[in-house]
Amino acid sequence: MDARTHISIQNLSVSYGRQRVLKDVSVDLPDRKVTAIIGPSGCGKTTLLRTLNRLLDGMDGVKIEGQVLVDGENIYDPKIEVTRIRQKMGLLSQKPQVLPMSIFDNIAYGPRIHGVREKAKLRQIVEQQLAAAGLWDEVKNRLHEPASRLSVGQQQRLCLARGLAVKPEIILGDEPTSALDPQSSRIVEQRLIELKADYTVIVVTHILRQARRIADYIAFLYLGELVEHGPAAEIFANPRDPRMKAYLTGEIS
Amino acid sequence: MGFRQRKAEEMVFKVLMIGSTVIVTGSLLLIIGTVVVKGFPAMNLAMITQTPKGGYYLGKEGGILNAIVGSLELAGGATLLALLFSLPIVLYINLYKRRKSRLAVFTRFALDVLWGIPSIVYGAFGFILMMRIGLRTSLLAGIIAVALLELPIMARAMDEVVRLVPHSLQDASASLGATKLETALHVVTRQCLPGIITAILIAFGRGIGDAASVLYTAGFSDRIPGALLQPAATLPLAIFFQLGTPYPEVQERAYASAAILTLIILVISLLSRWYGRKFQKNSIL
Ligand SMILES: Nc1ncnc2c1ncn2[C@@H]1O[C@H](COP(=O)(O)OP(=O)(O)OP(=O)(O)O)[C@@H](O)[C@H]1O
Ligand SMILES: [Mg+2]
Repeated sequence: MDARTHISIQNLSVSYGRQRVLKDVSVDLPDRKVTAIIGPSGCGKTTLLRTLNRLLDGMDGVKIEGQVLVDGENIYDPKIEVTRIRQKMGLLSQKPQVLPMSIFDNIAYGPRIHGVREKAKLRQIVEQQLAAAGLWDEVKNRLHEPASRLSVGQQQRLCLARGLAVKPEIILGDEPTSALDPQSSRIVEQRLIELKADYTVIVVTHILRQARRIADYIAFLYLGELVEHGPAAEIFANPRDPRMKAYLTGEIS
Repeated sequence: MGFRQRKAEEMVFKVLMIGSTVIVTGSLLLIIGTVVVKGFPAMNLAMITQTPKGGYYLGKEGGILNAIVGSLELAGGATLLALLFSLPIVLYINLYKRRKSRLAVFTRFALDVLWGIPSIVYGAFGFILMMRIGLRTSLLAGIIAVALLELPIMARAMDEVVRLVPHSLQDASASLGATKLETALHVVTRQCLPGIITAILIAFGRGIGDAASVLYTAGFSDRIPGALLQPAATLPLAIFFQLGTPYPEVQERAYASAAILTLIILVISLLSRWYGRKFQKNSIL
């Protein structure tokens, strides 16, 4: 695969207190592809994802070493504005986390804090993003109801729309379909695939079949080590590391 | 354990629970009842529309409008002042500092200690403070003393709700590029609004009912306080003075004043519940 590198992770190690959960991880993630981070439970997938938009900053006892370059810029450089880094990346969490406000305000929140003030412009962004998330028809008559009244599947799509409203370049998903029903899962998966036309998509998943369906690039973590990474087709067709093989055959999970 | 024994246990606890409920409700009704029954003969419109006329404390005409207004102004001002400090403290120790950081733990401890300090100490402290800065007994001095009294109550009550905000909610806001302040003001405060309002009203209730802290600081005056530097009457002190007279008709007025104070606090509690429910609707969880 000859895609441009969007995110370059270099010698990244993370510890919680004395426990090292990521060990010297180095990998280049391609631009405008879907990268799936896979591996058994507790291997550090979530941790890796959260280092990418610096959500581990300021947590108790966390130590981060190494570099993460986004577009060639080290996001752990002390001079960098962390809000700008985070704005570049939309985050979908395992359980959708709507903000305690209306459906409309959930989407408008991001643009508002980044300075969009005109009502008409906000309304246009909201409609556009809801439509893109396949949610507009379901909610257009209840935009001012609390977002918490939506179903879980709708909430996750709302979170996707909310993330896209701040014009990110990268979409991060931490098992974004794990709390959803099959129908909603399929919609979200489909959207992620479509989104790679414009965004770099990085998804943590523990569902191998999902990784096969959506991923162009695979990073396989095992006990905090990056064991194998590369184009999905190659990895699935011929895994080199015995642990990767074992994971693919379901011997370790 | 046999079925009979478990059944008996169940019965004992049921009786205990019902018993305590009855005691709590009963005392509330008894207090309100006493105050209303004893104060009823003295209740009249003048009570709440007039200030004390000459000889009021001997049983002549007038009312306690000075104390009603004074108490509302004083507790209102103190609550505002306490809010100005509590909300930033609470947001700071919960969002900016790691929740278990030394500063957060110490702040909580300090607030708990302050909570336990008797209000007369706040009054005395306020009095010393006044001497230092050359402030005489006044509405302002009372506001400062009562604000000190209210601060730990308000801050701890808010802390209890802000602590419950899931980390993932802060992360969701941060991921959109929000600063901590934006997250604090637009997301966390909103999520906790019912709890914050309850905290404010609890503190207000404590402040308006406290006599000891205003005794030396706010002073007392038969006039309605018109400026921050004038002394101000308060309901608790009005009750105290009237109850202390040897005249039964003035003592009745003390009960009537107590009824008015109780009513104000009752209204505050009801408001806090109503507001709580009203703002709940957007909360997640
Ligand atoms: N806040 C934390 N404090 C201490 N240890 C943590 C913390 N978060 C995660 N860990 C530990 O770090 C390791 C990696 O956790 P992580 O959440 O990254 O795994 P994961 O691959 O996402 O697992 P899963 O598939 O179950 O979500 C685990 O051993 C976990 O117990
Ligand atoms: Mg995880």
